[in-house]
Amino acid sequence: MLTVKNVEVVYNDVIQVLRGVSLTVEKGRITALLGANGAGKTTLLRAVSGLLDIHDGEVTKGRIELNGRAVHTWPPAKIVSAGLGQVLEGRRVFAEFTVEENLRIGGHTRRSGLHESIEEIYHLFPVLKERRRRTAGYLSGGEQQMLAMGRALVAQPDVILLDEPSLGLAPRIVQQIKDLVVQVNQERGTTVLLVEQNAMMALSIAHQGYVMEQGKIVMDDAAANLMENEDIRDFYLGRGELSTSYRNLKHYKRRKRWLS
Amino acid sequence: MTTFAQAILSGTAQGAIYALLALGFVIIYKATHVISFAQPALMVIGGLFSYHFSAVFGLPFWPSLFIAILLGAGLGMLIERLALRPMIGKPVFTLAIITIGVDVVLRVLANRYIGADSRALRYPGGSERYEFLGLALSHRQVTIIVVTLITVVSLALFIRYAKAGLAMRATALDQETALAQGVKVGAMFALAWAIAGGLAAIAGTFIATGSGGIEQDTWIIALKALPAIIIGGLDSLQGAVIGGLAVGIIEQITAVYQAAYLPFLGTNFSLVAPYALMFVVLLIRPYGLFGTKEVERV
Repeated sequence: MLTVKNVEVVYNDVIQVLRGVSLTVEKGRITALLGANGAGKTTLLRAVSGLLDIHDGEVTKGRIELNGRAVHTWPPAKIVSAGLGQVLEGRRVFAEFTVEENLRIGGHTRRSGLHESIEEIYHLFPVLKERRRRTAGYLSGGEQQMLAMGRALVAQPDVILLDEPSLGLAPRIVQQIKDLVVQVNQERGTTVLLVEQNAMMALSIAHQGYVMEQGKIVMDDAAANLMENEDIRDFYLGRGELSTSYRNLKHYKRRKRWLS
Repeated sequence: MTTFAQAILSGTAQGAIYALLALGFVIIYKATHVISFAQPALMVIGGLFSYHFSAVFGLPFWPSLFIAILLGAGLGMLIERLALRPMIGKPVFTLAIITIGVDVVLRVLANRYIGADSRALRYPGGSERYEFLGLALSHRQVTIIVVTLITVVSLALFIRYAKAGLAMRATALDQETALAQGVKVGAMFALAWAIAGGLAAIAGTFIATGSGGIEQDTWIIALKALPAIIIGGLDSLQGAVIGGLAVGIIEQITAVYQAAYLPFLGTNFSLVAPYALMFVVLLIRPYGLFGTKEVERV
């Protein structure tokens, strides 16, 4: 279980990106985090995984707890060992490594059982087994996404952070990735925090959803309720019918309401 | 023909030393993107460690070399920890300049130790020569080539297969992603410096067994690794080895033939030849023979 309590993050000592974000990722569940570009989603993930430091960012307030332990001051390696896996935005497989080397580095914090753990990943993503000796950079986008997920799972984390797994993938592949996220969650019991721009995809598999705007959580509800929410349908899912022009005006008002 | 082959053979022995130094440069560069100008000092001090344990403490040659490698590695890590770690995130140019400062400080200390004498390490293998098809190599040259070969192969295996080697390569490719996998990136920097320090100690030890021993200006030899890495490519380990050998061989060939065929270039042109070769490589393949095509300053 992952708890973020009232966290503020400042980059370069001056740029405040998160302003008091709180969220709870329940154990064994999929939690979706939605939001437009620049809302602070990736920053929140960095705060959780300890990667703020290399971006010159800092948690200035609040606390982040992983399985009850405050981790926001820990270095990334320690957080990974404590059971957090992360798939960074844009997949970021090691392009010059083979598939197997990518998986091996994913298990860097493991002391034993690396081989078995990698076999489990091959079982989960059979396509990776076929390509195990291939250079990762030459895999297709979907395969790279599977590799990035597999790499994060080798360490057998309790909680996994997925940053836009659908980015730049064809709809059919997105469908496949979506099913895999569900499979990982159900079969392995891995808790998932899913950050997405593809709100439909995220909400359709999530149990709980949060919406971020300008460094704040502006909404949180069960995913099913969010799917029905007027604002969410308007901004993230799109409606069946054409929007009339006054919607733009309402948009401004809604934003104000959300931000207040 | 025999003269030519002999020049190549002798050049290989000398080039092996350059290759060890060049490997140190490249390993640090790959891990941290910093060109470490502290290599000359690491080489001289590594050689002096061997000298001290062997000539002053009376240990045999090989144990002295082993201790010198460990101490050299430790010194490398110490430099990384004290001088470079606090500067992480600063421009690499700044870090490169810091390594120059470190180099100067260490060399001053080393020169204090060296004094006016030449610190020559007695080579244990004796002075017999191996003759083969009219070619000759001294015992010392054979040892240098063999030790370098063993070092390079084990280093290559370590980097390719060992867990830490994999983590080092991952750090070189993408630091943030490596961090996200739980790799301690700082420890990888330290490891790179340790390896470079150890390699420099081997090179320094062999230089100390040479005719001149280690003198106040022996550090200049380490600068030959610069043309070596530029010829081979800054980010390529095999490039460093091949570049190092190329520098040794070109030096030797020039030393043998230049006086007869290109006398107008004057005496001691062989010292300049590696830089001339480097210049040609820079014109044709600025990223080196094996390097990645990429533009980077410094």
